[in-house]
Amino acid sequence: MAKCTPGGISGYAGEEIALTGCLGQRHIGCAMKDGILHVEGTPGNAIAAYLDGGSIYVDGNVQDAAADTMNAGLLAVRGSAGDALAYGMRGGRVYVLGDVGYRAGVHMKAYGEHRGVLVVGGRTGSFLGEYLAGGIIIVLGLGHEGEDITGHFCGSGMYAGTIYLRTVRTVRNLSDKLVMRSVPASELDQVVRPVVEDFASVFSIPVDRCLEGGFIAIEADESKSYSQLYAAV
Amino acid sequence: MRRYRIGMYEGCISCLRCARECSFGAITVDKDRKLSFHHDRCTDCQRCVSFCPTGTVYITEDANRFRHNGLFGEDDIREIILQADTGGVLLSSMGAPGSRVPIYFDRMLLNASQVTNPSIDPLREPMETAVYLGRRPEGIRRDADGDIVDNLPPHLELDVPIMFSAMSYGAMSLNVHKALAKAAESLGTCWNTGEGGLHEGLYPYRRNTIVQVASGRFGVHATYLETAAAIEIKIGQGAKPGIGGHLTGRKIVGDVSKTRMVPPGLDAISSAPHHDIYSIEDLAQLVMSIKEATHHAKPVIVKVAAVHNIAPIASGIARSGADIISIDGYRGGTGAAPRRIRDNVGIPIELAIAVVDQRLREERIRDRVSVIASGGIRNSSDVVKAIALGADAVSIGTAALCALGCHICASCHTGRCAWGLATQDAELAGRLDPEKGAQRLVNLVNAWTREIREFMGGMGIDSIEALRGNRLALRGVGLNTKELEILGIGHAGE
Repeated sequence: MAKCTPGGISGYAGEEIALTGCLGQRHIGCAMKDGILHVEGTPGNAIAAYLDGGSIYVDGNVQDAAADTMNAGLLAVRGSAGDALAYGMRGGRVYVLGDVGYRAGVHMKAYGEHRGVLVVGGRTGSFLGEYLAGGIIIVLGLGHEGEDITGHFCGSGMYAGTIYLRTVRTVRNLSDKLVMRSVPASELDQVVRPVVEDFASVFSIPVDRCLEGGFIAIEADESKSYSQLYAAV
Repeated sequence: MRRYRIGMYEGCISCLRCARECSFGAITVDKDRKLSFHHDRCTDCQRCVSFCPTGTVYITEDANRFRHNGLFGEDDIREIILQADTGGVLLSSMGAPGSRVPIYFDRMLLNASQVTNPSIDPLREPMETAVYLGRRPEGIRRDADGDIVDNLPPHLELDVPIMFSAMSYGAMSLNVHKALAKAAESLGTCWNTGEGGLHEGLYPYRRNTIVQVASGRFGVHATYLETAAAIEIKIGQGAKPGIGGHLTGRKIVGDVSKTRMVPPGLDAISSAPHHDIYSIEDLAQLVMSIKEATHHAKPVIVKVAAVHNIAPIASGIARSGADIISIDGYRGGTGAAPRRIRDNVGIPIELAIAVVDQRLREERIRDRVSVIASGGIRNSSDVVKAIALGADAVSIGTAALCALGCHICASCHTGRCAWGLATQDAELAGRLDPEKGAQRLVNLVNAWTREIREFMGGMGIDSIEALRGNRLALRGVGLNTKELEILGIGHAGE
């Protein structure tokens, strides 16, 4: 199997590379800037860390710390993802068709033209989107309609950005600094639908099923709670 | 109740300079061009005192004090009142004053040669102050032709064993970063961006720049990592071990926003832990992913605060694949930290260096990592003592800021630094000329280096690396048996 070295794809702009029989090799596509990488098998931890462009398609499960501090590009996983997915992700798209582990989307953010977008087809573990500072997280819960799909403490400490959950009515241990609201049709069409259509297109699944049932949104309240903690000596 | 009182000796020429220099509104000018003093706003930053052309302005502690109490001191009562007023966590700046915790540097004395093993005259003999930070190769290998295989891991090469500590853009003004970068380049050492990213205008100083990756990942991207001489993963900070950071949205403006890649006005939160690091194995993974992203061409530093179990923590870091461990002690500075944490959590850097060096030697992994010590290094003798205890090099933060004008008024968190250092106010930041600032930093480090050479010469040592962990060069004064044991030194007279 070819070994993917840092930036190694950048010299092959416009070409596609396929890695087959992948079995636990870590750091694949680390800091990749462009090109297209197909991975078949089970890559190890930290795939797509610092991804700065290009696309990585994984036909299998990815392990922990995928898309760490990702800046741009696409990571699409036709399978499930481990813990700490998309930590500190600032830009680009991370699509996972299956489930993801604990602490997905922690410290995700947005700046200027950069906006981290994380879409999960299945369910997530606890602590989804903690300290969210920007960008959007969409959890579709396909096959789990009406069930709990995010575990405990979803969005704790978040202060910007939005988490969208499909067909969910309650979230366990939601911080009192967060507000939960239904998503109006205009927001659904302008914000959620384009992303979900792209997600469905990447995995060739029906988009209507991904959108049916309505969404709720979780956001930080207006209290700016961090700013109110202190008394200057 | 006011803390300080602004006074005037006779001789004021009413130039009003003091009012123009005061950034806290403690001295203002009324409509009749007369000075008004608002003593309660004074932070004792001494900007007015320094710039008064006639030397007539002075600041004193206010004579009105709380009634003396052997248990509740002045600060205790003031802070209780403030917290009763606001319900807030006490926030302060700079390092812990340390008055109630021993400063072990002051209780150790250095050795000098007499008669036998004569001292060396540093004015005449070459004295090597360069240090190389990073993993040492485990052995010399030769290829089939007998030629030596270059298996040297990446290193930081410093001409002096003194670097500048991590202080982020946002907490500090850009002019401070410019001064630090220019000085580091001139001195052949490194400065450290802190966790707020690296301004693009400073990319030319890449060979002298350490970039930081902290839990918030502000300004971290592939180009940022590639631009550095070394990359530092910040786990902890001496002023606030176990505590995250919070740069208020008021300071996220203009280029600070662009460099941190955080929208203007939005708070920048660094959580206490990295949520992707729950074990040494997780740390090893982050170390390796950074190395992969930078072609294994740059050393990776892991910075931790000095805490109770620092020795096994350092051992774990050494085994994580990191090339350098940076340890920040109890008295380390900060732009803002909860005061109770700052003053009550962590251990002095002197003890931490000693136990880490000892532990790594016992485990025979001392050559896998270099050790940087920081947190209260005030002068060249502190540097020499830190190295004799086991550090490879030191970092200075507060001392560097003092060279740039700081008078340690501990008001960094207000964003109104009158010396133009801890501020994003354009007028205030303009008070620091980065060229002059850089020259003052160069002067400071050159002066310390001359003094270090004198110390080395006095001990009969001609290379700073020969001093590392040479604890026979140290003796304690007024320390108990346990303290001497931890420091690994004898008592003076032994």
